[in-house]
Amino acid sequence: MPATYENIATTTVGTNTSEVEFTNIPQTFTDLIIVRSGAQGGNPGNMSMQVGNNSYDTGTNYSGTQLYGNGSSAASDRFSNDSRWYINYNNSTGQTISIYQIMNYSNTTTNKTMIGRNSDGTWYASAYVFLWRSTAAINRVKLYHFTNNILAGSTFTLYGIKAA
Amino acid sequence: MIGNLLAGMLNKGAAQGDYESIATLSVGSGGAASIDWTSIPSTYQHLQIRAILRNNRASSETDFMRMRFNNDSGNNYFGEHILQGNGSTASAGANGVSTNNATIYPITASTAGSNRFAFLILDILDYASVNKNKTVRYLSGYDNNGSGEIRLGSSLWMNSSTAINRITITPAFGDLVQYSHAALYGIKG
Repeated sequence: MPATYENIATTTVGTNTSEVEFTNIPQTFTDLIIVRSGAQGGNPGNMSMQVGNNSYDTGTNYSGTQLYGNGSSAASDRFSNDSRWYINYNNSTGQTISIYQIMNYSNTTTNKTMIGRNSDGTWYASAYVFLWRSTAAINRVKLYHFTNNILAGSTFTLYGIKAA
Repeated sequence: MIGNLLAGMLNKGAAQGDYESIATLSVGSGGAASIDWTSIPSTYQHLQIRAILRNNRASSETDFMRMRFNNDSGNNYFGEHILQGNGSTASAGANGVSTNNATIYPITASTAGSNRFAFLILDILDYASVNKNKTVRYLSGYDNNGSGEIRLGSSLWMNSSTAINRITITPAFGDLVQYSHAALYGIKG
């Protein structure tokens, strides 16, 4: 009997890389959780994500709303009609811990919602809600850095949660 | 670029029974007036609710929900404390001293874009304790491609002597619509 909360796949970056993918994601779970512990190359830039069904959606079908604290104040912003999710803006090379949860990813009736939490000891603490304006099931996820690299030693783990 | 990972080849499941699905509501074409989980076993340490929700409140992008435990309708709840971002402003607030329910914001309603549901991840730690008041924390929100909000909230059921065995969540206006989905999980300590 499969576990309710299951580790689907894990990768540890061996050499600096621009992107990490999870493909052929089984459609047997209810929610997906991606846990990231890693760092990125210098210069400010956005970690980004695209999702899709057999191919990545590169259309302007992504949007999100953010709540964050920068050590002196709390603020909120959003992006709309974009070709990717901005999942973590980071102006440092410090370690960032992130958890992204894609709700009901395998249904073919609702637009897809993802929740993100990021913790960076030297930059922001943030929470996001994201929308992918598609009713397609998600069977692939790509996380990538828009302007720099994901550094060696970063780890990414994909979990599935299955409701009764 | 890292080579593709064939998800599913690594099957390192968590220990059986640590995180278990207790019950699930999937709303059909007739809608649902509430989420009502009864006879919740006391064999777990914590509970988690994971949901996507939308209702048919007319002329509104959002609605909120009322939550009660064990059918307690007395003024035994602190409604909520929240930290919220609406895409332009972060704000904090509190609502409902000694009210007859806890509140959860938001869920999407009729004027939100079609097929767009709000999410809710709600935790009740030590729900079965007979020595503690029951604290709820939640992360909720929705994005509507140009509007939306994300919220961190907490609320309190001021009953320290009774384990939670029933959770009822009701939209303030209207019914939950088809494809709303709510799952209750138990986590063992």
